Amino acid sequence: MKAFELIQPKTLDAALEALPGARDPRAGKVKLLAGGQDLLGELKEHLIDPDQLVNLKALPGLDRIELGADGALTIGALVTLSRIEGEAAVRERCTALAEAAGAVGSLQIRNLGTLGGNLCQRPRCWYYRHEQAVCIKKGGSECFAYGGLNKYNAILGGGPSYIVHPSDVAPALVALEAQAVIRGKRGERKLPLEEFFTLPSEGSVLRENVLSSEEILTQVVVPAPVGSGWRSTYLKFRERGSYDFALSAVALRVALDAEQKIRDARLVLGGVAPIPWRCEKVEKALVGRKIDAATCEFAAKLALDGAEPLEHNAYKIMLTQALITKALRKLAAS
Amino acid sequence: MADEHPKAADANAPRPSFSRRSLFRGAGALAAGGAVADASRAAAAAAAPTAVRYVGMSEIELEINGAAQKVAVEPRTTLLNALRNHCTPPLTGAKLVCDRGSCGACTVLLDGQPVYSCMTLAIDAIGRKVTTVEGVAKGGELNEVQRAICEHDGSMCGFCTPGFVLSITACLERKPDASLDEIKHACAGNYCRCGTYPHLFDAALAAGRALRAKGGK
Ligand SMILES: Cc1cc2nc3c(=O)[nH]c(=O)nc-3n(C[C@@H](O)[C@@H](O)[C@H](O)COP(=O)(O)OP(=O)(O)OC[C@H]3O[C@@H](n4cnc5c(N)ncnc54)[C@H](O)[C@@H]3O)c2cc1C
Ligand code: FES
Ligand code: FES
Repeated sequence: MKAFELIQPKTLDAALEALPGARDPRAGKVKLLAGGQDLLGELKEHLIDPDQLVNLKALPGLDRIELGADGALTIGALVTLSRIEGEAAVRERCTALAEAAGAVGSLQIRNLGTLGGNLCQRPRCWYYRHEQAVCIKKGGSECFAYGGLNKYNAILGGGPSYIVHPSDVAPALVALEAQAVIRGKRGERKLPLEEFFTLPSEGSVLRENVLSSEEILTQVVVPAPVGSGWRSTYLKFRERGSYDFALSAVALRVALDAEQKIRDARLVLGGVAPIPWRCEKVEKALVGRKIDAATCEFAAKLALDGAEPLEHNAYKIMLTQALITKALRKLAAS
Repeated sequence: MADEHPKAADANAPRPSFSRRSLFRGAGALAAGGAVADASRAAAAAAAPTAVRYVGMSEIELEINGAAQKVAVEPRTTLLNALRNHCTPPLTGAKLVCDRGSCGACTVLLDGQPVYSCMTLAIDAIGRKVTTVEGVAKGGELNEVQRAICEHDGSMCGFCTPGFVLSITACLERKPDASLDEIKHACAGNYCRCGTYPHLFDAALAAGRALRAKGGK
């Protein structure tokens, strides 16, 4: 790691103050540090060489999980993944989120890794992570995965970069209709977490989300869903048994009516696209259907319609379809 | 990593001038903007620093295995590096293997929770209780997990052993009657390249039984 200064602000204002504006010559040389489980890897591989790290850990109030009177759950950006996994209110109300947090890396990673850091973590594509590969994500002109070794890359939404978003927590939160709360120097903004993430073809290919270098993700709010019969799950498929990033993952939330018919559904895929991939067509088509073999087959097929696998990752289509079926069956039985 | 090695760090860093930890009095947002008319409030804001800044070498105090210990570190010094190279005597139980949070050889406990010390800045351990494998034996007596690993032949080259001792110890602390699956889950972030897993897991189950017999639960 190159030497850097460590700034530990005690207030959010002081943290924002430490972040340079886009035209400041220090722009790009100041980075935010939360649990460090991703950032330290980037520093050690010299993917970034900041002069200053702004340590968020001492900021007050961002390490809280609060259940509002309206049933909304507000989770601070500094809450660790192991706390989210173990929190009773999360397990009961947002099962998919607890399952996703518990599916991240190993216990050691979850004990320090935070919610904010998980959502803002950088890609895992091995070309991006290789110091010497100046790929399109690092200001180069080419996505080396496209014509190279692309077993772990995107089958949906790819181009000009074919990374997949590595977060487990993000698809679960998008399925739960979460909102992101962002603080900048000029105040706060709140947006659906779904709109937080950007495709490489939409936003800057150098980033994965809408955050500017002068902003901090402070909270995520999961609203209480309207009506009853809600249930959710997160299913992740890994190459290794011990711990690993997702080859494919499915976050599903449905509301079933008295006749066990789907009243509402939200289906989001992980590990297959540069953003948590929402399947709106499937969501609409599921309404009014019972979860049976035909529904599962239909939903799985429709969700992967339009997938464009690269040379080594066509397996992700069948894998994801199987996970969708499994998730639907699990929620029907729960 | 070469630049994490103390010698390499010394080569490109100015000689340590200890406690150069400077405070920057970040009244900026308030006072500099002229928004604060009341002089006493401005003074109060200036007196309470809103940020602490670590530059170059500084001497910090860590609580390691129950004892306070002064260590000279840079902001980039990992807890693993601090333990192995900057403590007196050096604490070499936590091992440097992957240095990327992938293998578990550097596992230590922070406030009782297993973490990778290679993925933790030493400065971030200030105010928290650090436990290394050197700290689990009490009065020269191995703890139940260590004893069970010896009895079950759970160590070959031994490089992964300190990490497993801490992961299993923390797991049984939380749940002395942890099942085999729960133990495997708790150890998923620890690798053993010699493949001693079956013996380690037998040892963990035995240690759990011993702890329960001792009246833990
Ligand atoms: C071996 C290994 C396995 C892993 N496996 C998984 C896995 O299976 N699933 C998974 O999802 N992740 C995995 N991870 C990634 C892991 O780093 C994240 O899950 C973790 O949650 C990151 O959180 P952090 O607090 O440590 O983030 P940091 O490393 O501190 O930060 C990550 C990034 O986010 C930025 N950032 C942090 N907080 C904020 C904020 N509040 N506002 C704005 N920007 C912010 C930082 O500047 C940095 O760029 C793994 C990592 C390792 C090393
Ligand atoms: S050395 Fe820290 S996890 Fe491998
Ligand atoms: S005993 Fe050799 S790595 Fe585990």
